[in-house]
Amino acid sequence: MDVLATTTAPLVEIEHLSHVYRQGGAGDHAVLSDVNLTLRDNEIVALLGRSGCGKSTLLRIIAGLMPATSGKVAIEGGAVTAPAPQVAMVFQSFALFPWLTVLENVEIGLEAQGVGLEERRQRAIAAIDLIGLDGYESAFPKELSGGMRQRVGLARALVVHPKVLLMDEPFSALDVLTAETLRTDLLDLWCEGRMPIHSILMVTHNIEEAVLMCDRILVFSSNPGRILAEIKVDLPQPRSRLEPNFRALVDDIYARMTVLPAGKVSHGAFPGTGISMVLPRVSPNRLAGLIELVAAEPHNGRADLPAIAGDFLMEVDDLFPVAETLQLLRLAEVAHGDIRLTEAGKRFARSGLDDRKRMFAQHVVTYVPLAGHIKRVLDERAGHRAPASRFRDELEDSMSEELADQTLRAVISWARYAEVFAYDEDSGVFSLENPT
Amino acid sequence: MTIRAAAGNSRSHPLGLGRRGLLPNLYDLIIFIFIAAAFVALAYGIREMEAPLAKLDLAPVTLDPAHLPEYALRTTLRMFAAILASLLFTFVVATLAAKSRKAELIIIPALDILQSVPVLGFLTFTVAFFMRVFPSSELCAECAAIFAIFTSQAWNMCFSFYQSLRTIPADLDEVSRHFRQSGWLRFWRLEVPFAAPGLIWNTMMSMSGGWFFVVASEAITVGDTTVKLPGIGSWLALAIEQKDVGAVALAVGTMGVVILAYDQLVFRPIVAWADKFRFEQTAARDRPKSWVYDVARRTRLVRVAFGTVSSATAYLALGRARPARRHSPASRARGGVADALWIAIVLAAAAYALWLVVGYVRASLGIADALTALWYGFLTLIRVAVLIAIASVIWVPIGVFIGLRPWAAQRAQPIAQFLAAFPANVLFPIAVAGIVAFRLDPNIWLSPLMVLGTQWYILFNVIAGASAFPTDLREASTIYRLRSAQWWRQVILPGIFPYYVTGALTASGGSWNASIVAEVANWGDIKLKAAGLGAYIADATQAGDYPRVVLGIGVMSFFVVMINRLLWRPLYRFAERRFRMS
Repeated sequence: MDVLATTTAPLVEIEHLSHVYRQGGAGDHAVLSDVNLTLRDNEIVALLGRSGCGKSTLLRIIAGLMPATSGKVAIEGGAVTAPAPQVAMVFQSFALFPWLTVLENVEIGLEAQGVGLEERRQRAIAAIDLIGLDGYESAFPKELSGGMRQRVGLARALVVHPKVLLMDEPFSALDVLTAETLRTDLLDLWCEGRMPIHSILMVTHNIEEAVLMCDRILVFSSNPGRILAEIKVDLPQPRSRLEPNFRALVDDIYARMTVLPAGKVSHGAFPGTGISMVLPRVSPNRLAGLIELVAAEPHNGRADLPAIAGDFLMEVDDLFPVAETLQLLRLAEVAHGDIRLTEAGKRFARSGLDDRKRMFAQHVVTYVPLAGHIKRVLDERAGHRAPASRFRDELEDSMSEELADQTLRAVISWARYAEVFAYDEDSGVFSLENPT
Repeated sequence: MTIRAAAGNSRSHPLGLGRRGLLPNLYDLIIFIFIAAAFVALAYGIREMEAPLAKLDLAPVTLDPAHLPEYALRTTLRMFAAILASLLFTFVVATLAAKSRKAELIIIPALDILQSVPVLGFLTFTVAFFMRVFPSSELCAECAAIFAIFTSQAWNMCFSFYQSLRTIPADLDEVSRHFRQSGWLRFWRLEVPFAAPGLIWNTMMSMSGGWFFVVASEAITVGDTTVKLPGIGSWLALAIEQKDVGAVALAVGTMGVVILAYDQLVFRPIVAWADKFRFEQTAARDRPKSWVYDVARRTRLVRVAFGTVSSATAYLALGRARPARRHSPASRARGGVADALWIAIVLAAAAYALWLVVGYVRASLGIADALTALWYGFLTLIRVAVLIAIASVIWVPIGVFIGLRPWAAQRAQPIAQFLAAFPANVLFPIAVAGIVAFRLDPNIWLSPLMVLGTQWYILFNVIAGASAFPTDLREASTIYRLRSAQWWRQVILPGIFPYYVTGALTASGGSWNASIVAEVANWGDIKLKAAGLGAYIADATQAGDYPRVVLGIGVMSFFVVMINRLLWRPLYRFAERRFRMS
């Protein structure tokens, strides 16, 4: 029995993995925290989460492209220190070498393994045929459409006969129709057992995609990334997006992803509290757009987020920050995959442009701590002017340079719309006066 | 000088190589003849005025360290005067070329050849010419030196501006025409801002190259007359005459300080400022930074000054605002007959110029002289080729190593660009003293001087290329565990190739130019000489043998143009087609 146990070591095993981004001065930024994961034979597993939740970092750690700060990563029992021969990867950006033909791109991994020319050619052509690219062998990547390019990426991964196929948002750079075709083709190959792989681990932020393709879904939370839930998908293949069970599962995942982490005081899903809250860059037009949409028929002030996303072909990363910003501004409440307008939100929807601006100004100053802080500083100062660098420095005490920039830009954009205070890009100075 | 600047702007094609559609080669020939004729006319004019060069009433240059700051300042001022002249020339000539088809037919091939002509070769010409034409005064000698620097700077700026004007996005062009902007308003509101990033980058490259010529143009010997304008170049010439190693070291140090100051006080602020003209709708991740610019834009005084300047330009722009004439989209395509007539006139003038050149050269030179010059040209060609090859073998791996490591690239890139801007001729005396001391063969050991200053173009372009290499491609090559030989062959060499070609062709062009001062070197009364075209031109210049100078420059231009056409241009196009990302 023991012998049997050792031979069935999982393909990928991760225990207590944490990863920290070191940054100069401002302290470390935890990307992943205590992640446990097992990938077995014959399954497709999704790492589902919003951008910045560390799921791509996790994939790169498994691929051996970067070391984790702590924890154990093993492939078939062997610790990962460099790219393992059992894995191959498909990239979001395809990562094809523009100066190599389709055939040469596919052959690149075989050549590195020292496979002879004859066999190399044979296997590469077989992989190209399998993935439906015959006839394109001598084309250069820039001559192909996005879908075709990703097929090359797939052929390049399959040709080295990996046991584990890692896919980093493989369909997110493609248009909706192309992505759907490629998903179906890939699923067909998988179900018919025509691909020489044992398991697929894919990163995605598209909930429907995960439900459509995967046997298991690991839902990630952000900041730091950790596994929020593990969901088994038992629906038989081929799955239909319209089936009630499918819809129910999608709604369930939406609800889980909109649940506020327990114990958080902040009134929103944004990490950090007070002025050090990290804010997303959401344009005021989108905020107003979502309010109008939810206020109008047939939603009448309360809407199902997955339904909105489906109607407008939006993805989680597009929709959630807008909804959560409305929640921060107390114009809406988000829970259980639903969005509901508050009284203020409904009033906003009914108002004209000037009233909207007035309301927005009031809410921004009251509920966005950083905006209120900047306004107070400007009010107190004699000249009513203050350099942005002052606030940037304050922010950088608790967040990275990039996040500080993003947060400041978000507040600038909201404050400009609300005409609360002005910002001069050239001099980098906040002021109360409006440009004349 | 930031990496981004180098990487982001490498699309402004060097030597006009990215030009759409090759103009007929006939034009190159015609322009070549015109330029040769211009030299002949110059030489002829100088010979006609047989009077010896009048002694200039210049304060003698001394090796007194107290004067060094003043000399450095005057050298720098010459530089800025030349760059202003180049900008003015660019605005006028490039605009003319972009707007008028007839002018374009002449101007563009002319620029193409002029930037291949070894400027150092006709330095003496221009100095002598200016001093003959104007009454002898210090100002005229200054003008001559500034003109010489100008000739090393103007052409690539002009090219960049012309290319920008021809690639103005159709929507902006339509907006401008829709609002019937006058040509003047359009120039300041659309064309100059759109062309700014490329033009500023080329201006900076020109200034980097310019230091070499400032140093070379200050101390000039024509026949028996030597003109020494107060400046670092003259200081250096005097130090060489007196075999004063300490003074040479002082000049090197001063030059280093000047270039550092120029980088911090001029280059960086302008690049940081020009960032706002970049034609991209998305914000860049890391913008060029400059502390001077940051301080300046926070200072009320500077802001007021800038405000005044900008309202002055606004006034200027509006002052001439008349509604534009309705110009038909077909205006450029129209006029086949007029074009034909124009070409006929150009051809006739070229024939006359050819007759003039042949007549002049045949009067004093035989076929044997031409063969000699060609032979020397061949020797210099071999030297340049070997040295560029050696420099590539050394700097490409180092550049790749540095470029793939962001922390190293951030530190190394400013150093490489500093070294490229540093006038290598300031270092020549040290090398020459070494060659004399160790009794080395000048035919071999003078050669490295030709790439001393130009090899850095290879280094910093390779660094820029390697740091711009996409992360996903690096990850793909790691995942598929490519080993070193395959990695160099299939991944990194193709990846940096476009950048390498840019660097190598800049280095090669610069090396031809440098050969004129590198193949002949003095240390006190000891004279070293390597056999080559550079030495041939330098000798002829010293002897005041104008026909041979014309012949030498003509042959060198011929070599450089041919190499550009037969080697660099095809390579560049190939690189753009095959190796450019996206």
